[in-house]
Amino acid sequence: MSTASRTGTAPALKLPEKHYLNSEYGLRSWLLTTDHKRIALLYLASVTFFFFIGGFFAMMIRLHLLTPSGYLLSADTYNRMFTMHGVTMVFFFLIPSIPTILGNFLIPLMVGAKDLAFPKINLLSWYIYIVGGAFTLYSMVTGGLDTGWTFYTPLSTVYSNSAVAPAVLGVFITGFSSILTGLNFLVTIHTMRAPGMTWFRLPLFVWAHYATSVVMILGTPVIAITLGLAAMERVFGLGFFNPAMGGDPILFQHLFWFYSHPAVYIMILPAMGVISELIPTFARKKLFGYHFVAGSSIAIAVIGFVVWAHHMFLTGQSTYAAIAFSFLTFLVAIPSAIKTFNWTATLFGGSISFDTPMLYAFGFLGLFLVGGLTGLFLGCLGIDMHVHDTYFVVAHFHYIMVGGAVMGYLGGLHFWWPKMTGRMYPEWLARIAAFILFVGFNLTFFPQFVLGYLGMPRRYHAYPPEFQVYNVMSTAGASILAVGYLLPMAYLTWAAFYGKIAGENPWPATGLEWKTPSPPPTENFEVTPVVTWEPYDFHNRPDLGLDVPSHTGVMPVPAHGHD
Amino acid sequence: MHRTGALYGQFETLEQQKETASLGMWIFLVTEVMFFGGIMLAYTINRHTSFHAFAMGSNTLSLPLGGFNTVVLLASSFTMAMAVWSSQTGKKRLIPIFLTLTILLGFVFFGVKYVEYAQKFHNHLIPGKNFDIRYCVNNPSKCEDIQPDDLAKERAEIAEAFEADPDLNAHAQLYYSAYFGMTGLHALHMVIGAGLLFWLLRNSMRGMYTPEWNTPVDLVGLYWHFVDIVWIYLFPLLYLIDRHK
Repeated sequence: MSTASRTGTAPALKLPEKHYLNSEYGLRSWLLTTDHKRIALLYLASVTFFFFIGGFFAMMIRLHLLTPSGYLLSADTYNRMFTMHGVTMVFFFLIPSIPTILGNFLIPLMVGAKDLAFPKINLLSWYIYIVGGAFTLYSMVTGGLDTGWTFYTPLSTVYSNSAVAPAVLGVFITGFSSILTGLNFLVTIHTMRAPGMTWFRLPLFVWAHYATSVVMILGTPVIAITLGLAAMERVFGLGFFNPAMGGDPILFQHLFWFYSHPAVYIMILPAMGVISELIPTFARKKLFGYHFVAGSSIAIAVIGFVVWAHHMFLTGQSTYAAIAFSFLTFLVAIPSAIKTFNWTATLFGGSISFDTPMLYAFGFLGLFLVGGLTGLFLGCLGIDMHVHDTYFVVAHFHYIMVGGAVMGYLGGLHFWWPKMTGRMYPEWLARIAAFILFVGFNLTFFPQFVLGYLGMPRRYHAYPPEFQVYNVMSTAGASILAVGYLLPMAYLTWAAFYGKIAGENPWPATGLEWKTPSPPPTENFEVTPVVTWEPYDFHNRPDLGLDVPSHTGVMPVPAHGHD
Repeated sequence: MHRTGALYGQFETLEQQKETASLGMWIFLVTEVMFFGGIMLAYTINRHTSFHAFAMGSNTLSLPLGGFNTVVLLASSFTMAMAVWSSQTGKKRLIPIFLTLTILLGFVFFGVKYVEYAQKFHNHLIPGKNFDIRYCVNNPSKCEDIQPDDLAKERAEIAEAFEADPDLNAHAQLYYSAYFGMTGLHALHMVIGAGLLFWLLRNSMRGMYTPEWNTPVDLVGLYWHFVDIVWIYLFPLLYLIDRHK
């Protein structure tokens, strides 16, 4: 598992003497850092914290649903559990996860810059995230929240008897963290690229983050003002969204989904970016149709802004609007399919090795396919009538968010862990964990498609006994899934201190981030790199140490693929 | 923004640094457009559903005061542009003068806004328990700021509007929620802008801004113009549409 075994003659690998982790010590050097790599680790710690809080709520839900009448929680507590699960996972885990951890760490490295364009704003965004998180946590420990993660009015503004105001305020505040991250990425990608790093030499991870950032800066301000108005309505009794005062609750739903549907693309686009890095690396082949994959990210971001009302087919909008939104929803499947086909085409004829990140990439491909196609079912007006607000919807979006976004996140974390820490994770343990995750995930969520189709509504704390078998399967799957999450957390932490030394480019991969020591120095590169190669071009990169026999042109499988 | 105009570590050249800062400000303004866009949409939809109440609400605003404030803000944009121009052309002594004028005009705006808000408070037009759109019509002696002619006109219009919308008093509160929400948000942006202007003023009096390096003046200028443009939208939305002839 190292470059040593690849070349056979290289001396034992050593960590660089000076790198971003040991350049300074002490709490102050972390809390006041402007180094994008350290801020990424701050985010890693805090996002993981929220992930496990959200996971705890998920376990409560699944345990409660083990029996039809539910012995564990009261109906009211159950409402709070699924709401807080949703709020935590969406706003404090999924949306920040890949951009603020991997994006923060990698974008400057990938474009060949010393840091993001605005390092202080980057640190500020982390503090804003923490303050927002603190408000939401405060809501959770002082009565919780029972409105559903969608905060629909007038339930949230008038009738709910839970701590809505601090939670909404927390989400409102965290939004600004997201806006600042998006702004920072956009500007960095525009102005901080190294010489020779043209737009079409950018790694697709960067393209995906460009599209994500566009969604962040255009969508997030809208949810900010919407939640701001909803909070004012709850606290001061304004009436914008309250029908009793002449306001319009549907207006809230429109404004909410105008952000919250594109927010799905904030979650999935970065994961797609990760997959676009993993597949060429472990197939040792140029990505098929680079320009199309890059363009499809932008297309998803753009079309993603005009599909929001497909969440509202049954909440009293005009049929003609519903037809238009249904059509636009189908349209967004095209760029997603372009990506999926191009990844698959890249695999064709590649020399594939099954390292852990690649296992996650394969997991992503299958699960995203299921999640995406069931999305088309839901975008279809007639079927949506039948399965709206059932477990079918729950299963669909978990296939996208967990099967897609989280698989991409974990794949990326494994792939770049050697770059972030300088050390390798234990390969076999990681493969087993990836397998456990895949099995646990499918066992948890596939039965929910069946449940939903049979008519079990989401958000109910009890169900008819004939649904029990599927619910037992789902709960069993959830406990396997939990093992699948705890394992990587344990061994990645271990590997950061005791793993095998990784070296500069253990895979080998083609990006600029692999042309600097692992872990990188604080200033990223000793001299500003000059890019003279095309992206994912394994054939013309002798520096990678892959010997391509000129007469066949076929890439050999590197040694570590077999060890 | 850097005080001495030196190069920050993450950049290669001063030009790149300036381009980056400027792009950052433009993108920030895009997010601001979306931010105000949300509340303007909420206003427009509610205006559509509670048409009579919103038209009546517009009638109760003072056109002379609103118009005057529009002129004041446009003038402040001009002085701000002059401050930027002075910094770009090296007229170091003019920069603080134009900045001071901009700040003064900003405070004139605040003053007029204060008068308007106070009148609304006085005339029972704050959304809540004591809101009463007919307060002045019913108690003419207590609303000295409204001319008797206007009051008579208003009385007739309110009676007509109540016929069309019996819930006018409730719906008019929506209008006033929007009025205070939007103008309040705008005023908050102006307060932040005024703070930035004071900071520029201090630095410009120390002679910090030169034709080679004047990024902060340039960027605060962009921000100030943006806040002006928001008002250019708010003024017709709140004061002018469907006003009585």
